[in-house]
Amino acid sequence: MSEHAGRKRDLFTPGHYGCPGCGATLAMQQTLWALGEDTIVVMPAGCWSTLIGIYPYTCLTVPVISVAFASTAAVAAGVKAGLSIQGNDHTTVLAWAGDGGTFDIGLQALSGAAERNDDILFICYDNEGYMNTGIQRSSATPAGAWTTTTPNSALKGQKKKDIVGIMAAHAIPYAATASIGAPEDLKGKVKKAKDMKGTRFIHLFAPCPTGWRHAPELTVEVARQAVKSRIFPLYEVFDGEIWQLSPMPDKIGVDAYLKHQHRFKKTLDSDYLHFQTRVDEDWQRLLNKCQSGD
Amino acid sequence: MKKVVMGTEAAALAVKLARVQVISAYPITPQTVIVENLSDIIGRGELNAKYMPVESEHSAMASCIGASLAGARAFTASSSQGLVYMHEMLHYAAGARVPVVMVNCNRALAPPWNLYCDHTDSLAQRDTGWGQYYCADAQDVLDAILIAYNVAEQALLPVMINMDAFYLTHTSEPVDVPDQKAVDIFLPSYQPSSKLDVDDPKTFGNVCGADLFTSIKYKRHCDTLSLEKLWDRAAVRFCGYFSRLHPTVEAYQTEDADVCIIGIGTATGAMRLAVDRLREEGLKVGSLRLAMIRPFPRGGFEKATANVGHVIVIDRDVSFGAEGIVAQELKAILFDRHEDVRLTGFVAGVGGNDISVETIVPLVRQAIFGDGTAAEAGSTLWAEVLP
Repeated sequence: MSEHAGRKRDLFTPGHYGCPGCGATLAMQQTLWALGEDTIVVMPAGCWSTLIGIYPYTCLTVPVISVAFASTAAVAAGVKAGLSIQGNDHTTVLAWAGDGGTFDIGLQALSGAAERNDDILFICYDNEGYMNTGIQRSSATPAGAWTTTTPNSALKGQKKKDIVGIMAAHAIPYAATASIGAPEDLKGKVKKAKDMKGTRFIHLFAPCPTGWRHAPELTVEVARQAVKSRIFPLYEVFDGEIWQLSPMPDKIGVDAYLKHQHRFKKTLDSDYLHFQTRVDEDWQRLLNKCQSGD
Repeated sequence: MKKVVMGTEAAALAVKLARVQVISAYPITPQTVIVENLSDIIGRGELNAKYMPVESEHSAMASCIGASLAGARAFTASSSQGLVYMHEMLHYAAGARVPVVMVNCNRALAPPWNLYCDHTDSLAQRDTGWGQYYCADAQDVLDAILIAYNVAEQALLPVMINMDAFYLTHTSEPVDVPDQKAVDIFLPSYQPSSKLDVDDPKTFGNVCGADLFTSIKYKRHCDTLSLEKLWDRAAVRFCGYFSRLHPTVEAYQTEDADVCIIGIGTATGAMRLAVDRLREEGLKVGSLRLAMIRPFPRGGFEKATANVGHVIVIDRDVSFGAEGIVAQELKAILFDRHEDVRLTGFVAGVGGNDISVETIVPLVRQAIFGDGTAAEAGSTLWAEVLP
């Protein structure tokens, strides 16, 4: 907690409504530590819009506005325009949405803001499903995962949407992946993004013990294993052109990642080698992009 | 200074005079001239504002909400499909208590596709919590936008200024453009007491329990009702500066009238001409233009129709399965009056048909004497239905 020392106030105070072991709370804590007080948060419906606290309580001490599900990037861009026309060009406007609010219902507004290169930092805390409404499938849910709308009788067959690829294709100044399992890397990327102008996007991996069916104390470990297994590799894309791999730990098999999570039980029992092949192929594709970008 | 401009150009001039700081919009016929003019006005440096060419109407209203919460004066304009696409954000803007002003160009909803005048688009938004004003001419558009910002910023509620597609958006008229210095006195810069501010951090729009929710909505309902008085007061103040009055209702020959023709928008001009024609026939007819629909201008309506025994409503809109929407509003008000007032509701002019004197006179005769060609459907009579 040394990062608190010398701050005028704590930006994330005790008393959030998150589940035990919630990865999204760690994601916010690390992000706010990196951004500091000069931050306005725009958040849509999602886990964070409830776990922030019920009125009159809030666990965040920066200005926050809860917005309609599809509107995050547009509201954030409007806040920035409103500040900017009044002469404030320093405050970071953080759009903070879950995977549903980013990959699915929020994508049009996000794409619009990115195409206009509106000056916002959009961070997607990805827990791979509609966890706040009770673990339904999103387009960020990985293939082979159980959710309440992809039950064991009909597991999700489609791949997770490549959101960073989509954002990089808008040629925005900065797009990156980060994980609560690699906090120094995460904070470094948030600080880097803070100091840039234009649309900046970070895809932030945040395990959900409730939805993924793993023990709450394993949240950080599960996040680490996702990086190690290359299921969630860490990288940055500058201007949509230069792909750069972040420091990666030694590789492990995907089974080590899958085995802690009950949502993958059926896949682990039946289809695990196919899963490994797909991860290996995606990893190779990423390496190719990073090499050609150098 | 007098200028000959279209209704859409008058709207853009008003936005410039109001020194709006953030304009966010998505183009749609027949609103386009407003946003084209505004982007040009900003491009030429005549207005210090951010123009956001957003990818949808949903995002247009979303960014106006964000800008307004950051303390900036915000504006958008839309029409028809665009307005109904931003429906969710209309509710949100009113709930978030942002004094955004928007112009809606009243156009028919698809299918079938039709670009022409129809009021169903905005009347279908009457429960979103926006103040709603319907303009009669281009001067009314320009002045009403300035009054709307004054009223919205007092009440912390959004206001929608409506103008008829083509009859008003694309018709050129002489308009008196007020002096900027006088406008600056009438409408000083927006200074909200509460906004997104890192030096005074607040949380907006949190989850809350049913008890508090009820109280917040009650307060908002009371404040929305107060828009009628705020508008009338602001209109009188505006008249003091610019010598033009824009009341919430506009009565014509109602003092001694037995019958009153009621409508909204540009067709109310033809209604007044129809009154003159029908009075020549010896019928004691008057007319009433409802400029404001939300909140319903109860005071002005009751004063103007106190002695009227028969109300004839011409709706350029319909609530399918019910009747004309203005007719429904009037029935709700008349029910409280405990008097035997007859109401005849017509639907006419939907999808752009002209509501002329020649349209109105036979409808009034049909309402009074029973003979006519308007087709019956439930409690409504439809004009101009093909055989």
